[in-house]
Amino acid sequence: MGIRVKSPGLLTTVQDTGRFGEYALGMPPSGAMDVFSYQVGNYLVGNEEGAASLEITYFGPELEFTEGAVIAVTGAEMPPKINGEEAPTWETLEVGEGDVLSFDYLKSGARSYLAVAGGIDVPLFMHSRSTYTLIGLGGHEGRALQEGDELKIGESRNGGGQVGKRVDDDHIPAYSRETELRVIIGLASYRLTEESMEEFLNTTWTVTPDADRVGYRYRGGELKFVEREQPAGAGSDPANVVDFGYPIGSIQVPGGVEPIVLMNDAVTGGGYATIGTVISADRDKLAQTKTNDKTRFRSVDLDEALKARKDRGEQMEEIKGSLT
Amino acid sequence: MGRSVETELPQARYSYGGDEFVFVELSEAMSLKVNFRAMAITNKLRDENIEGVTDICPSNASYMIRIDPDVLHPDELISRLKEIDEEVGDIHGFELNTRVVDVPVMIDDPWTHEALMRFRDRHQDPDSTDLEYSARINGYDSKEDFIEALLGSPWLVTMIGFVPGLPWCYQLVPPEEQIEVPKYVRPRTYTPERAFGFGGGFAVIYSVEGAGGYQLFGRSPVPVLDVQQRLPDFRDSIVFPKPGDIWNYRRIDREEFDRFEAEVEEGTFEYKKKDFVFHPDRALEDPHAYNEEILGVLYGD
Repeated sequence: MGIRVKSPGLLTTVQDTGRFGEYALGMPPSGAMDVFSYQVGNYLVGNEEGAASLEITYFGPELEFTEGAVIAVTGAEMPPKINGEEAPTWETLEVGEGDVLSFDYLKSGARSYLAVAGGIDVPLFMHSRSTYTLIGLGGHEGRALQEGDELKIGESRNGGGQVGKRVDDDHIPAYSRETELRVIIGLASYRLTEESMEEFLNTTWTVTPDADRVGYRYRGGELKFVEREQPAGAGSDPANVVDFGYPIGSIQVPGGVEPIVLMNDAVTGGGYATIGTVISADRDKLAQTKTNDKTRFRSVDLDEALKARKDRGEQMEEIKGSLT
Repeated sequence: MGRSVETELPQARYSYGGDEFVFVELSEAMSLKVNFRAMAITNKLRDENIEGVTDICPSNASYMIRIDPDVLHPDELISRLKEIDEEVGDIHGFELNTRVVDVPVMIDDPWTHEALMRFRDRHQDPDSTDLEYSARINGYDSKEDFIEALLGSPWLVTMIGFVPGLPWCYQLVPPEEQIEVPKYVRPRTYTPERAFGFGGGFAVIYSVEGAGGYQLFGRSPVPVLDVQQRLPDFRDSIVFPKPGDIWNYRRIDREEFDRFEAEVEEGTFEYKKKDFVFHPDRALEDPHAYNEEILGVLYGD
């Protein structure tokens, strides 16, 4: 065995990079919401790319190690404790048989990642270990962890040699209650009036309680659609379009009052007008926001999005290099 | 293809879906022709095996491509897509290797009836059922006439998604015969698995239980998604429907419903289906005559 779940926390799931290449079947990728924190966790414990970790949301679990292990906690500031004693985040730690890992209250951010040398060993489903709870597949029995679950740990490559390594302070993100997300306006943005598009970009939106792995809903403004005779097949509501695909990170505004950013476990398509997409580099930031946090959307062009993606990739390479 | 052909087609909108997606809306309005174009373009792209393309998702009147922008620049893909669009043109002569499938549905079944009654307060017309309402707003005198039209012609699977395995189906009839209904005013929080629903211009089978906003007309006894891959039709994929499939929804009674369900339970159920080379030209020229032929292939010897 490896890890026994004494209490599961609010929502703790097994996640890896995600289940890609199945979008045309209607299968969302699932996978870690904050890819940066997830990946850096794996670097810290010396894992191969793509090893599965635990994604811990808002309130942490209590986990007993039934064998010695090398671990790291990254992401949200939810201070980990080993046998009740506070332990550092963004640092490789060693735990022994019988040690209990628990978490203090969330201080900032929303999601922590527990990486374990060797990875969480659950069966692959369609080439991924990520949990997709909506239809109950992947991860540990297709669901969030429950009290009494036992998880196996995979074979470690080089966990022992990693103990004590730490991510340079410059690379540790600070999570604020106010976030700016960069978006590329497009898709069916022609459906919004010009004034409403401006309002969308000028409004400070508040994250509602509907903020999870499926998507984040916001409130704070009211957007209007361009009046038109609805085209064949679209349905009668002005927010409706002929059902089409939704990119990950895409933003839709059903009813005009609640923009929703679709995330890793979202529906892959539907009939609501989409107006733009959060760029891939900023999905990590979004994943660390929570109910009542403030968010602004800033319009960028493709070049800026690709530059941000490249910078983030280089930063991750640099971190990886410094830890191995 | 000559320029004259292109000017007849609505101008496609090419758009970035962030840095990882390219979204192409061929037309704001649904039509059989636009879906044939989406299918032809995405089939062609698939054959080209371009490095950096990770997902190719044809949809009703549009399509979406997921890419790895570290390998393939979105603009590079868009230039190629524009060329393919020209090559495909107005899809004259396009052939689709597909299959015709018999899909049993029980209309007015007890399960969707229970669900739609529970959510009357979210419906346009709380005093009638979804079927009665849809029949009325589409100008049918009776529910039975409406059901006859609904099940009288086969359907094209035009998109898969929302949740895994859910097929959107558009009927193979001329535009003036297309049925259209609004979605619920506010979506239900519950829809039974395998419910046969209708929204906008599309019929669907809900692959899993869950939220939904389509009008509920009936239920299928057989799955479109089989995560355990127990049934023979799911040996290669957990999802049965494929874009381009031609489905004939066939009305069944409770007795047949129970029999099919028992076959699914035993793991012996197989969809009745035949391979078919579909010619969109013919479906656009004389759909009713072509439909007769299609159904002959499915149910004939």
